[in-house]
Amino acid sequence: MAKLHVTTTINGEPTEFLCDPSQSMLDVLRNTLGLTGSKEGCGTGDCGSCSITLDGRLTCSCLVLAAEVGGREITTIEGMAQGDELHPLQQKFLEMAALQCGICTPGVLMAARALLEKNPDPTETEVRFWLAGNLCRCTGYDKIVRAVLETAAEMRSAA
Amino acid sequence: MNAIDNKWIGKRTIRPDGADKVTGRAGYSADHSMPGMIWGRVLRSPHPHAVIRGIDTSKAEALPGVKAVVTAKDIVNFPLDKSVMLGIQDMRWMCRNVMAREKTLFHGHPVAAVAAISEEVAEAACKLIEVDYEVLPHVIEIEDAIKPDAPILHDFVRHEGKPSNIATTMVNKLGDVDAGFAQADLIIERSFTTRPVHQGYIEPHACTVSYAADGRVTIWSSSQGQFMVRAMTSLLTGIPQSNIRAIPAEIGGGFGAKTIIYLEPVAVMLAKKSGRPVKMVMSRDEVFRATGPTSGSMSTVKIGVKKDGSIVAAQGTFYLQAGGLPGSPLRGPVGCSFSPYNIENVLSVGYDVVSNRSKVAAYRAPGAPLGAYATECVLDEIAEALGMDKLELRLKNTAKPGGKTVYGATLGAITFKETVEAIKNHPHYTAPLDKNPSKGVVRGRGVASGFWFNAGGESSAQLNITEDGNVNVTTGHPDVGGSRASIANVTAELLGIDHSRISVLIGDTSSIGFSNLTGGSRVTFASAMVVTQSAEKVIGQLKERAAKIWKIDPEAVIWDNGEARPAGPNAGQFPPLTLKDLAAKANEMGGPIGAGVQLNTTGADPGFATHCVDVEVDVDLGIVRVLRYTAAQDVGRALHPDYVEGQIQGGVVQGIGWALSEEYLYNAKGQLDNASFLDYRMPVCSDVPMIEPIMLEIPNPKHPQGVRGVGEAPIVPPLAAIANAIHDALGKRFYSLPMSPPKVLAVIDG
Repeated sequence: MAKLHVTTTINGEPTEFLCDPSQSMLDVLRNTLGLTGSKEGCGTGDCGSCSITLDGRLTCSCLVLAAEVGGREITTIEGMAQGDELHPLQQKFLEMAALQCGICTPGVLMAARALLEKNPDPTETEVRFWLAGNLCRCTGYDKIVRAVLETAAEMRSAA
Repeated sequence: MNAIDNKWIGKRTIRPDGADKVTGRAGYSADHSMPGMIWGRVLRSPHPHAVIRGIDTSKAEALPGVKAVVTAKDIVNFPLDKSVMLGIQDMRWMCRNVMAREKTLFHGHPVAAVAAISEEVAEAACKLIEVDYEVLPHVIEIEDAIKPDAPILHDFVRHEGKPSNIATTMVNKLGDVDAGFAQADLIIERSFTTRPVHQGYIEPHACTVSYAADGRVTIWSSSQGQFMVRAMTSLLTGIPQSNIRAIPAEIGGGFGAKTIIYLEPVAVMLAKKSGRPVKMVMSRDEVFRATGPTSGSMSTVKIGVKKDGSIVAAQGTFYLQAGGLPGSPLRGPVGCSFSPYNIENVLSVGYDVVSNRSKVAAYRAPGAPLGAYATECVLDEIAEALGMDKLELRLKNTAKPGGKTVYGATLGAITFKETVEAIKNHPHYTAPLDKNPSKGVVRGRGVASGFWFNAGGESSAQLNITEDGNVNVTTGHPDVGGSRASIANVTAELLGIDHSRISVLIGDTSSIGFSNLTGGSRVTFASAMVVTQSAEKVIGQLKERAAKIWKIDPEAVIWDNGEARPAGPNAGQFPPLTLKDLAAKANEMGGPIGAGVQLNTTGADPGFATHCVDVEVDVDLGIVRVLRYTAAQDVGRALHPDYVEGQIQGGVVQGIGWALSEEYLYNAKGQLDNASFLDYRMPVCSDVPMIEPIMLEIPNPKHPQGVRGVGEAPIVPPLAAIANAIHDALGKRFYSLPMSPPKVLAVIDG
């Protein structure tokens, strides 16, 4: 089958690519566009490692067909820092050691950012339920939850 | 080493690999690609047990876009009658695990592989491979596999002279258990079962391999040991190690399971046949079906005590599932179950049972949690029967330094008692617990302890001073959870320079000396040792250079706070020389500055942990929730406390999953029914509370910084701690994991 031509915006950059009708957005990000920061942990929307935002909404890129993203705005982990200036969540994850192996980290960060944009003052329970779609097998979640709560507090006091 | 004296050791510095890991730049195994690369896929057996009468690959090879097909004929055959070991792995089993040879032994067992211009073409070609199977009866569960009329997996396996599925028996003995039990006032004997659980790393196995025209192979893959990848690939392909360069990608979790390989030799043979670089990535379904979970088990533990609580004898029988090929971690339950305690008479026996499941792989403290589950639940019943405090019972029996273990070792400066006391004195254990907070909800508290051997072994490091006076440290160990951060702290401390001036790297097999696996709680222990000795050598060189410049004796120079200084007024009056000063003069004063050390490290004494947990049981739904969790462990010295705490917190939550929700579910056809993260239920963020670690820092006298292995011990106590807490809540005992809602309801209703 002929490839489809898609024009979209990724991390603020106008982007064009060709894809098969059956190809997932995750596959195009990783294998066509070289944006390998989004990880494939399952390919079935269960682990959250491939989390991106699509028109501002948090989603698993493995569950989105690449052919669907024409004219839309995608943000991936590669778009989270501004040059060498880390997003406050990225900085706090480093300071509070909220990662071990780091494979889930891009997805967790994308999800946590989407949470704080929606709810700048979440409770621990709200953080835990929001991040329930992001599997982490190393940390037991403790330091992740603390880092998100601490970032939220700092962002509120800076605002 | 006195904590007060440390400027960097024990500090929560930012990890050297951190920025790459929060920005998506870090390169994991599936992130590497090459020009001209093609894709490999594996054809897997649809039958749990079948003879392979023949494989016809001609239609697959004829499909446009297919570049190579590989079967067991392309993998080195290690005959069944002769064991060839690499560490604890037998190549007879490994060659048959990466590609089925005479038989397929589990649903999902690889039978062939294809490399093609895309994954889709490779997948389509797999479907064109015709395999002539003679389907055999299969057996899944231990209790069925050890029956006299069970289908036998391997003709060459004999137990007590007869064909059997019991591949190995391990017996550890101390004293005389019969005489010991004869002295007992109370004996409790119980049987337990646990289900296989998967390590659950989020990164599926993957590799990219190139095979050059001169026969040189480069492998990019993530593993717990690039030297293991090189050695095992060499053995299974027949390519000499000197022709294989294994490059360690960042590893997205391993927990033991990436101490063996699945794809690399297959990819090498596909690359060799096709002349193209080959990339292979497993799906999550393949990871669940065909990579090792840890063993399920059937155990019986019998413990005898005097009225005062002193244990006089203990006996354990542990049947472990090996999967389709022998090799379950018997040493874990056999050696660890009774080792926290001072018991004169112990008999501990393990049986390695094959059945038609994927071959097990190591999982954090391999086998030890199964044994501790049984032992620590029996101790809970004993304490209850004697009317004794549960921690008092443990304190009465703690193993002592100089004590003899059932597995043969004499204990060194162990600190088990301190972990029990830490829980006993903690506000968690002393806080009142409202056992009936509301209708339909009951709460309970449980405790349990655990033991892990810990390990030393081979490690290499190279420490080089750059021309501008900064530092590169390279070790041979993949960093699974922050080991680079610990090495940076140690190096900064010893050289007396700022942490930010140190770059910590993981070398590939051609750039650093042999280093054993990242596993068994050995890496921080062993790599800190070789890095310390390398730094000491470098400091010796720096002092010599300063002495040469000052024209004084090197003995008259000290290294202090990042500078060479004269040792005292008698040595002469010279302004200090910094690392930068000496690096700038390195070549005129004798050449580059740097040193490497390669050691077989020793002195890794065992690790002990004691945990306390509060649970809440919903008696209508059978759901168990963990409300509070406190974990005490002797860590020796926490080089980087965040990553030590992280090991404890992560291990505990894996233990919670094992206790409450994780299990492999096979159907009547011998197929795994829950091969996805949706159906294989690992704890998610909303399932667990904060996990409070208590790090006891009692320095290991055999290590330069006092380090004791940390990573394994935290997963040993949770299974029993949670079972004991549920008993405290419900007044009923559970003898089978996981304690999932249907089972909890059955016990409540029963």
